[in-house]
Amino acid sequence: MRRLGAIAVAAGLLGAALATDARAERLIASVSNHRVTITPEYSGDELVLFGSIERDADTPPNRTNYDLVVTVTGPRMTMMTWRKQKRLGIWINTDSREFLNVPAYLAVFANRPINLLASAETQRRQQLGLNNFILTQRVSGDYADVVPGDPFRAAFVRLRTQHGLYREVSNAVTFLTPTLFRVGIPLPSEVPTGTYDIDIKLFANGTFITRTETAFEIVKVGFEQFVAETARRNGLLYGLVTALMALTTGWLASVIFRKD
Amino acid sequence: MQIFLPIADLPVNIFLILGMGIAVGFVSGMFGVGGGFLLTPLLIFIGITPAVAVASVTGHIAASSFSGALSYWRRRAIDPALAFVLLIGGMTGTVAGVSLFTWLRSYGQLDLTIALSYVVLLSGVGGAMLWESAGAIIRARRGQAPTLRRPGSHNWVHGLPLKLRFKKSKIYLSIFPVLAIGVFIGFVGAILGIGGGFILIPLLIYVLRVPTGTVIGTSMVLTLVTMAFSVVLHAITNHQVDAVLALILMIGGVIGAQFGARAGQRISSEQLRLLLGLLILAVGVRFAIELTIRPEEMFMVRALEPGA
Repeated sequence: MRRLGAIAVAAGLLGAALATDARAERLIASVSNHRVTITPEYSGDELVLFGSIERDADTPPNRTNYDLVVTVTGPRMTMMTWRKQKRLGIWINTDSREFLNVPAYLAVFANRPINLLASAETQRRQQLGLNNFILTQRVSGDYADVVPGDPFRAAFVRLRTQHGLYREVSNAVTFLTPTLFRVGIPLPSEVPTGTYDIDIKLFANGTFITRTETAFEIVKVGFEQFVAETARRNGLLYGLVTALMALTTGWLASVIFRKD
Repeated sequence: MQIFLPIADLPVNIFLILGMGIAVGFVSGMFGVGGGFLLTPLLIFIGITPAVAVASVTGHIAASSFSGALSYWRRRAIDPALAFVLLIGGMTGTVAGVSLFTWLRSYGQLDLTIALSYVVLLSGVGGAMLWESAGAIIRARRGQAPTLRRPGSHNWVHGLPLKLRFKKSKIYLSIFPVLAIGVFIGFVGAILGIGGGFILIPLLIYVLRVPTGTVIGTSMVLTLVTMAFSVVLHAITNHQVDAVLALILMIGGVIGAQFGARAGQRISSEQLRLLLGLLILAVGVRFAIELTIRPEEMFMVRALEPGA
C-alpha cells in the first residue's frame, strides 16, 4: 500500500508541475453517445470519440506531429486469477492472486505504437498501454503491482483480452486533419454495465503536453437485465419463482402428453 | 437465433440449448432417469461455468421429475411414507451439499470437485451397469435362466433398529438406511446438478428391496423435492441459477422425454441398461481425460461478487 501511495503522490506532484507550464494546446473531445443502452439483441457495438487539438498563439509553430493515447476504463471490480498445476496426475487450481479494484474493461488506443511515441520512463509515469497500467494485486497480504512479465498479470490481461474486454490498439486513433482526430471504441456484448472514463493524453516529440477526460455510461435494459438484477438482489424470491416455473412446466407437460 | 443468458452472462444459440434439452430429454425418457448427469456436463462443455450449469440444471430436473411424479401418482405407484422418510434425509443432504458447493466455490476448487465426482460416480455406476447388463445378455443368449433375485431375502440392512412399516411397498425396514440414502442423494445432487435417479433406483431395489411397482414413482418424488429445494438454495446462496437457461432446457426436456419414452419401449430392458451404462461410462471417461491432459489454458479468472 505504501508503494501505491508513493506513486499517487508522485503523480500528483507531476500533475501540479505540469499545470504551471504554459499550456499551448487544448484538447476537446466528445463521444458519439454518452449513454449506451444494451438490449438483449446487443451483439457488440462501437462508440466513436471525436476530438480536436486547439492551438493558440503560444504554440510553437513547428510543433505539428502530435501523438494521442486514449485510455478507456470501465467499472472497477475485484477479480481472482487461478493457476493450474499438475498434482497426483490431475490438473488442479493451486495458486491464486487477487486483482483489487481493476477495471472490468480497459482499452488503450493510440495513433502509433506506444513504444515509439514516448520514452519508457514517460510510458510508466503516464501509465500508457496495458503493460504500464497499474493493476494492483494482493499477494499474501501485500499489495503491489508487479512487473508486466509476472505470469499472473500476463495471464489476467491475456484472458481479458480474449473476451474483448482488455485491448491495446496502436493504430486506432485516426487524424482526419493534423488537429482533428477520431477513435472507435469497440464494446463487445459481454461489456459490463457502469460508468466508463475516457482519458485522452496528448504528446508531441515524446513529451506530454496536455490531457482531457470525458465519460460515458453503459446501461443494460430489457428482460435479461431484470432477471440478473432480481437474482442478485432478491435470491429467495428468484429461487421460488424459478422452482415454481419448473413445477408449472412439468405439470403442463404431464397434462399435454397425458396418455392414461 | 442468439439469446443472452442473464446469469451465465453469455450469448448462446437458443436452438443449441433447446436441442440439448430435447436430446437429453429423449435419453431420460428412454431410460427413465433425470438426465442431469448428461445435461450438466454438456453445458460445461459448451462453456457455461460449472457453477451456473449445476444450479440451472437442478431447475430442469425439478420440471421433468414433476411431470413424471404426477403420472406415477395417478397410477398410485408412489409410497408416501417411504418418500417422506427419504425426503427428510434428502433435504438435509441438499443443505449440506449447497453449503459445500458455496465453500468450494470460494476456494476455486468447485470445478475440480465436480469433475472428480463425475469421474468416480459415473465410471463406477456406468461400469457396474455395463457389467451387469452384459452378463444378463450373454446368459440370455446361451439360453440360461436369468439369475433369480430374491426380493424377500434379508441382508444386514434389515437387522438395523427403529423399524417402520411401509405399507404401500409392503416392506418392514429400519429408517436409518432410508435416511442415509436420502442424505446421500440430496448431497450429491446439489453439488453435481443431478437428480440421482440412476444411483437411487438401484439402491432402493438392491439394498432396501423396494418392489419395482413403487420404486420409480417414489424416487421421482425424492428427486423432485430435493431438486426444487436446491434451486431455491442455490438462488439464495450463490446466485448462479440461470432461469432463462433452465426454462429453455425444461421445454426441450419435456418434449424430448415423450419421444424417448416411446423409443424405450421397443428395446429390451437388458439392452437399455447396457446402452445407459455405456453412456454414463462415456461421460465419466470424458471427464477423466479432461482432468489428466495438460489444459490449453493454465489460468482462470473469476470475478468476485461484490461483498464476497
